[in-house]
Amino acid sequence: MADFEIPELNEYTVIPKLKEGTMAHSSPFIAKAKFQEPLGFPGELVDNWEEAVLTKMDDLRSRYRGFQVFLDSCVKCGACTDKCHYYLGTKDPKNMPVARQDLLRKVYRRYRTFAGKFFGALGIPGFVGAADLNKEVLDDWYSYFHQCSQCRRCSVFCPYGIDTAEISMAARDIMDTIGMGQKYCNEIIGKAQTIGNNLGLPQPALVDTLEGLEEEVEEDTGVAVKFPIDQKGADILLITPSADFFAEPHVDGLIGYAKVFHEAGVSWTMSSHASEAANFGMFIGSYDNMRKLSLRIRKAALDLGVKRIVFGECGHAWRVAYSFLNTLAGPFDFLDQNYPIPQHICEFTYDLIQKGGLKLDKSENDHMTLTFHDSCNVARASNMGNKPGGQIDIPRAVIKAVCNNYVDMPADTIGEATFCCGGGGGLLTDDLMEVRVKGAQPRMEAYKSVVDNHGVTNLAAICAICKAQFTKVLPYYNFGMTDIVSVHQLVGDAIILTGSEDDVDNDASNNSNEQ
Amino acid sequence: MSASVVYALAFYAATAILVIGVVRKIVQYAKTPAPLKIPTMPAPVTQGGVVMRMASEIVLFNSLFKSNKWIWIFGWMFHLSLLLAFFRHMRYVISPDSFLMPIIGFEMVQAFGKYAGFAMLIGLAGLLVRRIVVDRVRYISSPSDYLMLLLILGIAATGMMMSFVSHVDIVMLKEFMLGLLVFNIQPLPTDTVLLVHLSLVIVLMVIFPISKLLHAPGVFFSPTRNQVDNSRTKRHLAPWAAELEADRKAGE
Ligand code: SF4
Ligand code: SF4
Repeated sequence: MADFEIPELNEYTVIPKLKEGTMAHSSPFIAKAKFQEPLGFPGELVDNWEEAVLTKMDDLRSRYRGFQVFLDSCVKCGACTDKCHYYLGTKDPKNMPVARQDLLRKVYRRYRTFAGKFFGALGIPGFVGAADLNKEVLDDWYSYFHQCSQCRRCSVFCPYGIDTAEISMAARDIMDTIGMGQKYCNEIIGKAQTIGNNLGLPQPALVDTLEGLEEEVEEDTGVAVKFPIDQKGADILLITPSADFFAEPHVDGLIGYAKVFHEAGVSWTMSSHASEAANFGMFIGSYDNMRKLSLRIRKAALDLGVKRIVFGECGHAWRVAYSFLNTLAGPFDFLDQNYPIPQHICEFTYDLIQKGGLKLDKSENDHMTLTFHDSCNVARASNMGNKPGGQIDIPRAVIKAVCNNYVDMPADTIGEATFCCGGGGGLLTDDLMEVRVKGAQPRMEAYKSVVDNHGVTNLAAICAICKAQFTKVLPYYNFGMTDIVSVHQLVGDAIILTGSEDDVDNDASNNSNEQ
Repeated sequence: MSASVVYALAFYAATAILVIGVVRKIVQYAKTPAPLKIPTMPAPVTQGGVVMRMASEIVLFNSLFKSNKWIWIFGWMFHLSLLLAFFRHMRYVISPDSFLMPIIGFEMVQAFGKYAGFAMLIGLAGLLVRRIVVDRVRYISSPSDYLMLLLILGIAATGMMMSFVSHVDIVMLKEFMLGLLVFNIQPLPTDTVLLVHLSLVIVLMVIFPISKLLHAPGVFFSPTRNQVDNSRTKRHLAPWAAELEADRKAGE
């Protein structure tokens, strides 16, 4: 099936002995000038790139405290060395978080610290963990900073909270600045900035798709559930990853949101101008690009005159929304301050369930036993509700409200310690398939343990990238590609729409059971 | 020049390097903005919660505990004994009539400080062995990482030798130290162990601001640990990011 070895799944996590260079060949396609230039980056590697690297590094050090502190503070304790799914799955020591940081740190040390300059001048920079900058080092950067999904698992376990994701973002920003961008991310950012979504779907195509969905749901349930777009004066603007418009299982999630809104009786709309929740500007560490994409959402909200913004299921998008949107595109003083700005669809559904606003038939999901995959950017980079940990509890509460059979994966693989799906951080591209499959090993191992021991049949997620990644990698590990489901697909399937046949039956036969 | 003068001058130089170096770093950290909210979640939603989080990191090494029990026990033992040894050493630089003396002179402090040396040796040795034996840690270590451990081991070992094997003239040493504080150089005992001990301490002070020892001030400034999770309710904006917004007002 693949021209590389698929890692084995063990009973429990085995920390592999390191094997140097196993992933040195892995490197994504470089962005051509036509994808670089619109984002404000040079089209190809600039002549004086060594100097440009250091200038950009200095710029970032002066603007990002975390970057500077992380470069200085690592004590090489080794606590993070076994925490990265890419190390566990590839055995390549450069995929250990600290070693990944060191690729960049050694250059910082060489040119910007006394120790590095001193021992560098003596010809032994390696004595203090410094190294000269050359093409080989740059190629290593390009390879290994694209083997980091910016999942932040290492940061949880570092005594100083050193976040390799921040280092990877900085490194990618530096590489973009010298003309060595990644095709996948930069092409997508370009589409989102010109057309409005990562897939480049223009407005008519969106309208078409949504009409199709309306017909489908009506046929299924007999109820006219709407999928409005560009509707001025609606109360809620839904921002959702564009994969939700057509990919499986994403689209089932979108159907779920629509049913929830329908039952809540709220007026809502999507926007063709901001038809994308994803914000790949974060993956390339570009404040500027991230901000431009966020401003599209602000503009859509203003143009449509909505009162609230709700985000669909997408991990990194929720990070940008929850943690950064207010910074990048706020203040949102024109929205209704009685609701969280922005709100996650799981928060919305959870609140509605709490209020008894949904009629649910859990048995609709009885053919499945579910587990929940915490997406890294939700679990470790955002929150839901108003208590710490809501991002971990609320999606589970939603699932348990709509399903009878639920089992968690082992504790050290979920919540704040969750393992990445292997495809986040701008790696969800075919040219990185090997690292994606290998990086999924720890998650697949945890999934296998509940499949084997608890009869789990499906894995639910609230992230477009996770869903797409699992669809691809599950089969490599002998699971079904349809094991992965959207949380709002479960919700949608359990909802008894008011006025539907089920609803009528339900009322007749089961009156006392109603909430 | 007598040894006393050489050591006195070296101490002054090392202190200057340590203080100026660390202060410069702290100023750099404090002045650099953190433009985005990046606490590692779940994070406290109040400032008080952040204080608790930081305290548990600094006092108990909470994240390290979650991460790796071996590194935690060795690292924590070492740092705790370092603190105890530090208190014990205060008696050499605090004048007998200082209000602190009764605390520092307290027998508990002195006894703990004395025996902390053993814990320190065990902690350091454990860290060193891990660095050599565990392939992953060996891979990320450079010579300076080993030498730093050996340096501190040397300081601990010579210090313990003076406590348990060959005592030095503490009264004379104390006069030397107190003299340093008022720029009045007094004779220093010339026992080899003491001179080695002091030399190693001077080296440690000098490398502090130019090495990974900067983790000590760094941990206080780590945005993943010291930020409050309140991005939805409170707008967080760095000065340089605010400047970008000049283009915004016109558009709306
Ligand atoms: S856990 Fe932190 S301090 Fe320790 S090696 Fe990793 S990044 Fe460095
Ligand atoms: S952020 Fe995630 S992918 Fe990147 S080094 Fe850390 S653990 Fe690995």
